[in-house]
Amino acid sequence: MFAQCADPKALEGLSWLMCYLTSGKHLLFYASFGTVLLLLAVTAPLALLFGFGGAMASRSRIAPLRWFGKIYTAMVRGVPDIIFFLFVPIALDQGIEFLRSRALCDNPVSPWQGNEFNVCAAAKMPLSTSPEWVHEGYGFTLAVVAFSVVFGAFAANVLYGAMNAVPRAQLETAEAYGMSQRQVNRRVLIPQMWTYALPGLSNLWMILIKATPLLFLLGIQDIVYWARDLGGAKTQAFSYPHPDWRLYYFLAILVFYLLMTWVSERVLARLTRRLSAGQATMGGEALRQAGPA
Amino acid sequence: MKKLILAAAALALTAGMGMAQTIRMGTEGAYPPYNFINDAGEVDGFERELGDELCKRAKLDCTWVTNDWDSIIPNLVSGNYDTIMAGMSITPEREQVIAFSQNYTPPADSAYAALSADADIEAGVIAAQTGTIQAAHVAETGATLLEFATGDETIAAVKNGEADAVFADKDFLAPSVAESNGELVWAGEAVALGGGIGIGMRQSDTDLKKTFDTAIQSMKDDGSLNEMIVKWFGEDAKVFE
Repeated sequence: MFAQCADPKALEGLSWLMCYLTSGKHLLFYASFGTVLLLLAVTAPLALLFGFGGAMASRSRIAPLRWFGKIYTAMVRGVPDIIFFLFVPIALDQGIEFLRSRALCDNPVSPWQGNEFNVCAAAKMPLSTSPEWVHEGYGFTLAVVAFSVVFGAFAANVLYGAMNAVPRAQLETAEAYGMSQRQVNRRVLIPQMWTYALPGLSNLWMILIKATPLLFLLGIQDIVYWARDLGGAKTQAFSYPHPDWRLYYFLAILVFYLLMTWVSERVLARLTRRLSAGQATMGGEALRQAGPA
Repeated sequence: MKKLILAAAALALTAGMGMAQTIRMGTEGAYPPYNFINDAGEVDGFERELGDELCKRAKLDCTWVTNDWDSIIPNLVSGNYDTIMAGMSITPEREQVIAFSQNYTPPADSAYAALSADADIEAGVIAAQTGTIQAAHVAETGATLLEFATGDETIAAVKNGEADAVFADKDFLAPSVAESNGELVWAGEAVALGGGIGIGMRQSDTDLKKTFDTAIQSMKDDGSLNEMIVKWFGEDAKVFE
């Protein structure tokens, strides 16, 4: 990166370390922290959306919709996460390529042949000719979907419980005012349920943060991948030979995750306080007794 | 503006189709000097140089992809990439699942490295990478097999005393042994395993297999393959006759 790093083997001490820590591979390592943060930033709202849909479906008066909501939460919550993370991306990928092969191949045959999964070149997703970032983006998207489906199911259960926890009297009062079911939902039920949902959702958020290394399992080059690669002993074949340094790299990741969860806990604590204000819960009562802030 | 970008993108895509066939070359990227990620973050090593030369001779447009060793065969057959060049020896078991090109290295020695030359390789704990011919070999001897996902971890296991010895391709272990200042030494006799390293491909890709067979043959004939082997593995490396 810097001019003085042109000949790493001639360097020593601090300047060696400076060059080492700014090598192209390290920059990729630093960028992978961004990958993890991006995954969190995209997955959290998406999972919440899935959860909200699932919870609303579970409460629906339309039977098939209710069944769908119930089956979704029960099924996803009943399968080990790792199985799901391995299953969803492969199933999605093969499903997409199968549909594309029907539409785009000249004489489509079943892609499942023996132990192979083959579609014609035009139906590949992404195309073999696509640049590498498209392939990476595609893999990342599949991972986001897998994460969202799994965490959405848990969120659905949390939100479903939270909706049921809103005191019936509140809803009855709203009905007595002549609000329609939809208005009751929007004006009373949903604004009030968050305070009940937050403990469960904050739990989920913490689990989601800690589940991000599963990206590594999906073949995405995340921080665990790079830490393992960079930390391994390097021979003279590399520009920066060094002994086994995995300990330090994993320590850095450990600190990163502790920092993430520490910040999250503080933010969630503030949010809980805010949402509790004026609520008929113990938290709300404690706030009321403490007097106006 | 948006339409312009879309049109340009569509043009770029269709233009790409007319060009040489794009082959996605799968490798592990963690088995120096065969293949590794260099400090610039790119795939490097003997197989990178060889693969690029083969693609040039076969007039193919090649890009490199890395994949964990564990899932390197499943992801080939499910179409994530088109070839495996990852120090994979040709064995009858693997040939049932995938096809191999002719070998691009002669059958090479596998060796034991340990902290002392008299380490117990007969009945001790031997580290090997999962799913390699070396792991299969250790399983057949009386030793206890300790498997790791990467080759690097197998060496680390010996250094920190978890295993008595590591069993791997001699050419992979050689730099680590040479640079360990005497900490690591060879133990026991080297064993010749497998039928040399070949390019793994899907069994249905018969044309691609022919293309690579021809390219490898041309490099064997003009001696450039032997030169490359010596360049990466040293003067003592086995070359083609």
